[in-house]
Amino acid sequence: MNEPLRRSNRGLTAKLLLMVAGSFAFGFALVPLYDVFCEVTGIGSRERLLQAAPGAGAGATDERTVTVEFTASVPANGRWEFEPAAFEMQVQPGRLYETTYRAKNLHGRDMTGQAVPSVAPARAAQYLQKTECFCFTPQHFKGAEERDMIVRFSVDRGLPAGIDRLTLSYAFYDVGRGGAGT
Amino acid sequence: MGEHGHGPPKGIVRWLTTTNHKDIGTMYLVFSLVMFLVGGLMALVIRSELFQPGLQLVDPAFFNQMTTMHALVMVFGAVMPATVGLANWMIPMQIGAADMALPRMNLFSFWLLAFAFLLLLSTLFIPGGAPAAGWTLYPPLVLQTGQAFPMAIFAIHLMGASSIMGAINVIVTIVNMRAPGMTLLKMPLFSWSWLITAYLLIAVMPVFAGGVTMLLTDYYFHTSFFNAAGGGDPVLFQHVFWFFGHPEVYIMILPAFGIVSEVIATFSRKPIFGYEAMVYAIASIAFLSFIVWAHHMFTVGMPLAGQLFFTLSTMLIAVPTGVKIFNWTATMWRGSISFEPPMLFALAFLFLFTIGGFSGLMLAIAPADFQYHDTYFVVAHFHYVLVPGAVFGIMAAVYYWLPKWTGHMYDMALAKWHFWLSAIFVNVLFFPQHYLGLAGMPRRIPDYALQFTEWNMVSTIGAFGFGLSQLLFVWLIVKCVKGGERATAGVWDYQHGLEWTVPSPAPYHTFEKAPEVR
Ligand code: HEM
Ligand SMILES: [Cu+2]
Repeated sequence: MNEPLRRSNRGLTAKLLLMVAGSFAFGFALVPLYDVFCEVTGIGSRERLLQAAPGAGAGATDERTVTVEFTASVPANGRWEFEPAAFEMQVQPGRLYETTYRAKNLHGRDMTGQAVPSVAPARAAQYLQKTECFCFTPQHFKGAEERDMIVRFSVDRGLPAGIDRLTLSYAFYDVGRGGAGT
Repeated sequence: MGEHGHGPPKGIVRWLTTTNHKDIGTMYLVFSLVMFLVGGLMALVIRSELFQPGLQLVDPAFFNQMTTMHALVMVFGAVMPATVGLANWMIPMQIGAADMALPRMNLFSFWLLAFAFLLLLSTLFIPGGAPAAGWTLYPPLVLQTGQAFPMAIFAIHLMGASSIMGAINVIVTIVNMRAPGMTLLKMPLFSWSWLITAYLLIAVMPVFAGGVTMLLTDYYFHTSFFNAAGGGDPVLFQHVFWFFGHPEVYIMILPAFGIVSEVIATFSRKPIFGYEAMVYAIASIAFLSFIVWAHHMFTVGMPLAGQLFFTLSTMLIAVPTGVKIFNWTATMWRGSISFEPPMLFALAFLFLFTIGGFSGLMLAIAPADFQYHDTYFVVAHFHYVLVPGAVFGIMAAVYYWLPKWTGHMYDMALAKWHFWLSAIFVNVLFFPQHYLGLAGMPRRIPDYALQFTEWNMVSTIGAFGFGLSQLLFVWLIVKCVKGGERATAGVWDYQHGLEWTVPSPAPYHTFEKAPEVR
């Protein structure tokens, strides 16, 4: 191979390696992009779901009622009992309501759990506002401890007319290996 | 590079130190054949367990290790290295270059791959066994892998690095080393298909490397990319994986497209119909493959607009694919066709790959996919595109160029036996899986409901028939390397391309002086 060719091979290789680095960075860029995408499309911003909406439920109230359903789940390897106190409630948009979830630690030792909320249908997510929620902070449990945890919420009056039923679901995770705050 | 004019060193040293593209190509091809047999054995474990309902032979944990390892070995160990081996052997000879542009990197990438597989396969023998969460490595399940986890991730990093190096080598070779007069649009379609494949590899392998790195940090360093408890989202991994994964399936099939184009032209004794359209079709398939990934994830919960978009973009791929199938058929039209083994494999490719394309179209319809997803129908789909698709394409290539590599003609009768047995058994093996899937049998389970028994038995019989037929292939290759009727430079009656202008076997160094291309 002659020298100019060798040099040009090296140059092109360097450019291609730069492309490789770019693709690698793009893989990581997908993480924030994914959040932005969820935010823009309103599919469910993690921030909003995990943030208190302080003023909610303080204003006027709608005449109509909508159904809010509550579900609970524990991942296959989690050892908790976890259940809503009420499976559904009739609520008037604009008014503040309160309900509880009961959790019991079956690990046989102290354990911290974290509830992760999700709302269906996705386009209703932004209208379900929580002023207080056990999902805002990790929940510490002593071995075999059992307790009720509060969620206060209100359905925003802007909820589109076509939606008369929302589901608020929580998955209760161990904050063990790989979890936040450990 | 001072070894002009003389042959290779003798013995094992040759294989450890060679930077010759033909030697490296041979090593890749042999490696791939070994992995094909290893992965095949794993498949036979799976099919044996599924011969009857109930748990017979292996425990479910080992069964899951087999499905996971079978896929990883076949994708990264058999199909991809085979195409890299073919690229090494044939691209320099097709474009009139003396060697690959970066010969030492070439050798390094081969040994990296070999080491990666040693590492991956060794997980079968450690406590807790091999990874068992499926080749798609979805969290949170994959985060429950034991000691095998870091080994598997490291192995994936290494094989990714190896294929990226291979891709860089192909691009630099094709861009810089073509003989004078060999314009891009004179280049044989196999080289073209590899050029585009190489760009795909560079674009998506690093994304996959990033994804598995995030798994690794979630596992060891308490990050929460995919951990819901920490504010992450497991569905994000699926997006990252399939952003790589869908182009990856085209990385496996595009080289086969190139091969089939050349084989069909040769044995129809006509130039390929619509050469430029073929190039553009490959390029548009490659482009589209970036915007269809979520068709693997219709069931995760996606807005209607997303489902529509991914359904339609996926179906769009059928257009350039249809162009290719049309052009292959048109090449044969009024051709003077003969049915040598490479042509037989190419024709089987044409028919059976198309069946896989049709089942793909069914899966692309989001509401229908809710029923088919994670059933044996998906298994049938991707095995049709991968086995009689990618693998038959590779076999066509081997039968096409083997006389050029060894200098001997192979046993035609044996090759035809191999073809017919493979072509029949591959259908016995995979066609019933369509029925099983439509009837609701889930994939990746060691046991099943009684009503699925008959088709599973048929499928298992097909698997053993197909697996045993491959021993003929191995035997044929060994025989052909050892001896046989001397092959001429041209080998076939009608040929096109520079590789047929050099003697058979191709001398250790070819095109040291660049050929004239008119
Ligand atoms: C017309 C072309 C194609 C279409 C429309 C198509 C469509 C699809 C769809 C929608 C799925 C997801 C099914 C599900 O999981 O529910 C799928 C899975 C798959 N396809 Fe295709 N496909 C096409 C061609 C190919 C080709 C050429 C290959 C490879 C050579 C391929 C390999 C695969 C693989 C490996 C999977 C399953 C991955 C897994 O879940 O493990 N497909 N295809
Ligand atoms: Cu796909």
